[in-house]
Amino acid sequence: MTALAATRRTPRIDSTNGVWVALGITLIVGGILVATDGGSLFGQNSTVSLLQRAAGLGIVAVGQTFTILAGSLDLSVAYVISLTSLIAAETMAGSDGRVLPAILAVLAVSGAIGLVNGLLITKLRINAFIATLGVGLLIKGYLEQGYAGPAGQVPVSFQHLGYDRIGPIPVSFLLFIGVAAVAWVVLKRSRFGHHLIATGGDLDVARLSGVRTDWVLIRTHMICSLCAGIAGLYLASRLGAGAPRVGAEGGYDLESIAAVVLGGAVLAGGKGGVAGTVGGVLLLAVIDGIFNQLAVDPFFKQVVRGVVIVAAVAIYALRLRRKAVAA
Amino acid sequence: MLGVGKSFYGVPVLSDVDIDVHPGEVHAVVGENGAGKSTLMKIASGVHQPDTGTLTIAGRPATLPDPRAAQAAGVGIIHQEFNLLPERTVAENVFLGREPTRRGLVDRRAMRARTAELLAAVGAEVVRPHDRVRDLGIAQQQVVEIVKALSLDARILIMDEPTAALADHEVELLYALVRRLQARGIGILYVSHRLAEVFDLSDRITVLKDGRRVTTVDTADATPEGLVRHMVGRELATYYPPKAAGAGPTVVSVAGGGNARLKPLDLELRAGEVLGVGGLQGSGRSALARALFGVEGFTTGRMTLDGKAVRPRSPRQAVRAGIAYVTEDRKGEGLTLSQSVLDNALLASRAATPRWFPDKARTTTVRELLAAVEVHAAGADQEVRYLSGGNQQKVVLARWLAMGPRVLLFDEPTRGIDVGAKAAIHELIRDLAEKGAAILMISSELPELLGMSDRIVVMRDGALAGELPGDASEEAVLSLATGTPHEVSA
Repeated sequence: MTALAATRRTPRIDSTNGVWVALGITLIVGGILVATDGGSLFGQNSTVSLLQRAAGLGIVAVGQTFTILAGSLDLSVAYVISLTSLIAAETMAGSDGRVLPAILAVLAVSGAIGLVNGLLITKLRINAFIATLGVGLLIKGYLEQGYAGPAGQVPVSFQHLGYDRIGPIPVSFLLFIGVAAVAWVVLKRSRFGHHLIATGGDLDVARLSGVRTDWVLIRTHMICSLCAGIAGLYLASRLGAGAPRVGAEGGYDLESIAAVVLGGAVLAGGKGGVAGTVGGVLLLAVIDGIFNQLAVDPFFKQVVRGVVIVAAVAIYALRLRRKAVAA
Repeated sequence: MLGVGKSFYGVPVLSDVDIDVHPGEVHAVVGENGAGKSTLMKIASGVHQPDTGTLTIAGRPATLPDPRAAQAAGVGIIHQEFNLLPERTVAENVFLGREPTRRGLVDRRAMRARTAELLAAVGAEVVRPHDRVRDLGIAQQQVVEIVKALSLDARILIMDEPTAALADHEVELLYALVRRLQARGIGILYVSHRLAEVFDLSDRITVLKDGRRVTTVDTADATPEGLVRHMVGRELATYYPPKAAGAGPTVVSVAGGGNARLKPLDLELRAGEVLGVGGLQGSGRSALARALFGVEGFTTGRMTLDGKAVRPRSPRQAVRAGIAYVTEDRKGEGLTLSQSVLDNALLASRAATPRWFPDKARTTTVRELLAAVEVHAAGADQEVRYLSGGNQQKVVLARWLAMGPRVLLFDEPTRGIDVGAKAAIHELIRDLAEKGAAILMISSELPELLGMSDRIVVMRDGALAGELPGDASEEAVLSLATGTPHEVSA
């Protein structure tokens, strides 16, 4: 059996860990920069606003992690967020007693949208990019036709979600971490998670191994839309009302994808994880925080974000190639 | 299986085929590409459904609507291309689709323990359940595939060209494994192009031709010549075309050429000559071809082509210098599968000498070349993915011939190609040499290497281990390749 005893390579730091290293460096460098500017990156106010910013995007990005790991993607999330914020606020209509029905309605609608996305992709074999873009535009059309501005009203009790905090940590951030934790368990430890990663890694391999890949993809898209729905609830609670443009203006579609990719996930699927995504979300939020503190031109901020995302993916790709050479 | 038939898009690919496997038997299925072997195996493993005929497993009629049902019925399949997820662990791959759970979560400990047991059962403890598949060698990956099938309690195991990706010394390991499985009472359907191993392993042999069963014989009563006659319907007088009478002038010369994967080496390719390159998988054979072709070029030494110094730093430069490379990975690197035969054949010419408008003369030339190498396709517009391996390889060849190359590098030119098409490719290679091209041919198949080469160089650990004449013995090549003189490799 000598031939089987080929040489092995020791595992190295993975790209999913890389984002945490980058986050650490950014925090240190940013902290120093902000301090020399006379501010503080780690002050109560800036930390709270940083974490709050991270929460909304984070919940969406966790959902997006599922689709990207499965080799798909969801461009409709931004519009799902807008739609669900409106559904939440209009159903609640300022009344405490209607919070629960509103939450259920949001989950039902967002789950249904995910179902439609999944069915379009699996049954009609429409490319995920096109299918989810189409569904997104459909929702956008509905929103633009039906709403000129904010609508509905969220009761004060529900606004606790958006504004309360425990120490310096906003409740919303805890919600994000909770969603991420559940997602982590699902992906790492559930059968569905294993099947999802297999589907993203190689659809044929998964199918030939007896995985019902269509069903996996449908559930994946439902989870992603549900996460967008939860983010919609959170934004409704922050704004006190539903807003027809909150999702698109926040750029949640592309930013959530960027966060997942920053976290070391491969866009083609099969590689990545929730831990990386959380790191990616925090990294984007910290960069935002630093630039807010330094009061930098917002256009320049976008440029830096673009550079960071492209650089990160380039570094991952290079590492991967070097690994392949070493093999 | 009785009277199995199947048509795709109205084209019958299998008609009225009967085949059976007993427990503990190795039943080999041979036939040219397009004979229907793969389709038959896919029906047996639930990937395709038969249009006619019945399946019976352990005396009971079975329908296999999908691969899952086939698994449940005890049919395991090891595909020619491995169905493994490189980023996942061995255990995760083995139990994919059937992960054991405890309290609703995947029970990773049980999964690993069971995988370790199975690996031990096939004598492959070297592979560890938590290894990532990407880090394993080809032979080890195949073990994972087999263990995966065993984990299903497969009573019938289908092996589709299991040795195609293995080097010769790894084949012995596979043999041992097959015999172990046999001893456990598992019935094996063994699909192969290599007649030698069919005779080594099988109890019975079924020959398919054009979607029909020609014959089923006991291996003890069969002869290779007889089988080949059944497969192709004619006798192949000689397997290999005659070798070159003498070599022409040196076309390519490399002195001290090396890079990250290759230790500095000297090499000469001469006009009219086939230089065979032997060696184990990963010994640097492909790295040599890739260096000559500028994929990962030489970083040291000198390389000349027709006396002029060249050092291709990209495939484009190599192509323009007159070098062609028929890669090992036909589907991945050789062809754009969803494009037409014609587009594939035109790819290199279009890239090397672009034109603003479609070049009719060039298209005509390529069409003629496609006809000359006898590509059998529904038409030049057919997508390449629907062609057999042999015809795909001919399309790649036509592409390079359109460039009129001085040097052709072949990396495993007949891997996964049936006997008939193989002989055709061999003749094409020899024909090119006779017309004055310099040829380098990498092959894991010793008979091919010895049958085709005028000279042989053997590689080991990224270096040239030695040079042999074209009439060297298999033992000589193997001892150079493994670095163990006077020992016939096992």
